[in-house]
Amino acid sequence: MDAAWRSDRHREPAPCALDGLREPRWARCLLIATAVGFLGILLLAPLAVVFAGALSQGVRAYLAAISHPDTRAALRLTLLAAAFAVTLSSIFGVAAAWALGKFEFRGKSILTTVIDLPFAVSPVIAGLIFVLLFGLQGWAGPWLAAHDLEVIFAVPGIVLATLFITFPFVARELAQVMQAQGTGEEEAARLLGASGWQIFWRVTLPNVRWGLLYGIILCNARAMGEFGAVSVVSGHIRGLTNTLPLHVEILYNEYQFAAAFAVASLLTLLALVTLVLKALLERRTGKMEGW
Amino acid sequence: MRPNFSRLTVIPLLLAAALAGACSEQPGERTKSAEGVALLNVSYDPTRELYEEYNAAFAAHWQETTGQRVTVRMSHGGSGKQARAVIDGLAADIVTLALAYDIDAIHERANLLPASWQTRLPGNSCPYTSTIVFLVRAGNPHGVRDWGDLIKPGIQVITPNPKTSGGARWSYLAAWGWALARELGTAEALQNPSAAPGFAAAQQEARRFVSALYGHVPVLDSGARGATNTFVQNGIGDVLLAWENEALLVIEKLGAGKFEIVMPSISILAEPPVAVIDHNVDRKGTRKLAEEYLAYLFSARGQELVARHYFRPRSAELASVAARRFPPVTTFTVAAVFGGWTQAQAAHFDDGAVFDQIYATSKAAGGS
Amino acid sequence: MRRIKQYSILPGFGLTLGITLVYTSTLVLLPLAGLFAKSAELGWRDLWQHLAAPRALAAYGLSLGASFAAALIDAFFGLVVAWVLVRYRFFGRRLLDALVDLPFALPTAVSGIALTTLFSEHGWLGMWLAPLGVRVAFTRLGIVVALMFIGIPFVVRTLQPALLELPVALEEAAATLGAGRWQIFRRVILPTLWPSLLTGFAMAFARALGEYGSVVFIAGNMPMRTEIVPLLIMIELEQYDYAGATVLGATMLLLSFALLLAINRLQRWGGRRAGAAT
Repeated sequence: MDAAWRSDRHREPAPCALDGLREPRWARCLLIATAVGFLGILLLAPLAVVFAGALSQGVRAYLAAISHPDTRAALRLTLLAAAFAVTLSSIFGVAAAWALGKFEFRGKSILTTVIDLPFAVSPVIAGLIFVLLFGLQGWAGPWLAAHDLEVIFAVPGIVLATLFITFPFVARELAQVMQAQGTGEEEAARLLGASGWQIFWRVTLPNVRWGLLYGIILCNARAMGEFGAVSVVSGHIRGLTNTLPLHVEILYNEYQFAAAFAVASLLTLLALVTLVLKALLERRTGKMEGW
Repeated sequence: MRPNFSRLTVIPLLLAAALAGACSEQPGERTKSAEGVALLNVSYDPTRELYEEYNAAFAAHWQETTGQRVTVRMSHGGSGKQARAVIDGLAADIVTLALAYDIDAIHERANLLPASWQTRLPGNSCPYTSTIVFLVRAGNPHGVRDWGDLIKPGIQVITPNPKTSGGARWSYLAAWGWALARELGTAEALQNPSAAPGFAAAQQEARRFVSALYGHVPVLDSGARGATNTFVQNGIGDVLLAWENEALLVIEKLGAGKFEIVMPSISILAEPPVAVIDHNVDRKGTRKLAEEYLAYLFSARGQELVARHYFRPRSAELASVAARRFPPVTTFTVAAVFGGWTQAQAAHFDDGAVFDQIYATSKAAGGS
Repeated sequence: MRRIKQYSILPGFGLTLGITLVYTSTLVLLPLAGLFAKSAELGWRDLWQHLAAPRALAAYGLSLGASFAAALIDAFFGLVVAWVLVRYRFFGRRLLDALVDLPFALPTAVSGIALTTLFSEHGWLGMWLAPLGVRVAFTRLGIVVALMFIGIPFVVRTLQPALLELPVALEEAAATLGAGRWQIFRRVILPTLWPSLLTGFAMAFARALGEYGSVVFIAGNMPMRTEIVPLLIMIELEQYDYAGATVLGATMLLLSFALLLAINRLQRWGGRRAGAAT
């Protein structure tokens, strides 16, 4: 299946012997125009708004905004939460993908759905459940307070919310790749006497490494951009529990529109870097897939 | 290539371990940073500029008197949202919110401070007051002079959602009070309206007026700042119902020629209270510092900063100076007209109360 | 008794499933169970009252309706975009391809602010639409636009591989038999794409249902009219009504779960059909 995509990927539509294999010229132009117009309005225009807003007060104001201590603190927190999310999601993702991709067992479809759940759960609900669990009025809250441990309205809460939101990405991506590759190579290695870890490091991981990286990139993008869930558990303490997306909102609410858009553009740039990485990856593997 | 890659995957693991180590120190940092003590002031939206300057002044004052360095951290947001965060465990030393109801909620739901909190500081624990005014576009093109003009055909009014914004609740009650006074004939009747003849009928009229008013509102933002942005930045609406301090700030920050303030004939006396959260300061050992932080708000220097940031100071000496900036306005209090915040909240803003009914009926009538 | 797992010589099932279950339980199942436990604190009567309140019903209707409309529009345009990206070569195709993922990577608050700025009466697009009497910002249309923005990558990215996989032989055979291009599309291509299209639609729909950050900026947030369920949850929370918030949250959660089950079924169905076709 994978190989088929690869060969198709750069296939030029062959010069047509049969009219029925190709749309008339006007139809092609119309379709391209529709696609370009639609994406232009829906995606490119908002992107342009962000950068126009960011530079509306000149480059110096832009640089001042993104080098402000509060912005830097927010950037640090965002990167920290993303690092946690990526690391833990990767470990979990590899384990889950191995179980889901290489074995058949009862309840697999339910488990798959549960793993996907955070993707569809409203971020607000994701934040709410952590407040219910760890808030002072929640179940674990009084115990945590008695032991002077802070979870929500502190860094651990933000990390937790980010973990929840990014939960499915690596697992889902990897499980698909592992499933597609089947178990043939691993079984062969097993018969040749390789141990479980040897099989994993020498056979499976090299086969799925691009899938893993792809999942990590998606996970990272989602982690850095999360707003709703983090907003509920953050407490919005300036310079302490503000992530970059929250900082954008704060600046916007302080009538510092140019600064808000400047920080937003910083996030957008991070997003664009992610997209470029992803495009490079796709070119390398000839793979087009997923979310 | 292959062994290389497997080695690469170890790096994130190490990174995570290092981060985990770095992070576990984080919580302690909040109370005892290396240089001195830290306070957390949890406040509502329009006080950002005030406390930014006040915190610097207070830190200087505290260092002068005790030699100790203090860092005051701020958290801003909608008043109700901030109160909820404190209830859920946000470790605020001090709350400075938009209305007493929200601090009452902190007492009722989490018992983090005594019920008598409002008597602990002068002036009902309100170091400053404000009122609700109209912000209109330059030249007042629609000739808005008073509350009654807001429901003229074609006028769009911007105000946030009273269920989530403290400022919006003040606006809502101000409109209600004006309509009540109009029906009762005099503003004096608002000293004790329930004793006035025809009170029940007047309440009905007030409700009709407020319903009509919200019929002119095209967007309900969740907070005061959101509403101001809608009005100023996105150019929506003809009139913004705003905190007086917020309206003056908009004119200072976003260009004098673009907007004008209209003072209605009657408005509400908005009293944003402050309080120390006993439970948190005792746990963190910051009580003295927190109490001084609030007391200093009532000092001459504090009141001066309050006035500079467009809040009406409590201090009598400053009142005459401030009078130039703050035109006199006939105001009434929540206590006199609505019997206090608990009652006002129950009658108007709780689920299924008047505000919800207004929207339920506008829908049933096939509203715009 | 049947075995839980089919026989395999590969090791590591216990370990990996163990890790998966532990991690899933602590991070997803336990917190979500908490959500249901909290809503169960309410009696049936209160539960019903919260669920069937006119305002909640209006919000459900709006959330479902707007998400459905947005997913439907996305499905149509997503098909066009995917088709163009896969089948044609033109200037800027790679850029367009990379751009599709933007909504996924862009923080929702940023997209919300940007879309509102764009479509408000004085925005670059809003000022052209206003004279035509089309108001986008602070109306239901605005909600649909924001949800379209959120959902488009899901449709395009599920359709692209399916389009690539499409066996040319089928089309050739149809063309040899004298079918026109439109006929081939309708009779041969579309039926093969159908599972992927439905999956993409369902994913965009599921994602749209829960969206909060971008919608609150553009929605107008009027009770009964432009108030979505996640916003209502936020409002309940700010009124200290935890039980009400959790009831709404739990209902949304059940809805999402059902949708995801459907999506997973669809994907397997699509997988089987693709297998049969080749």
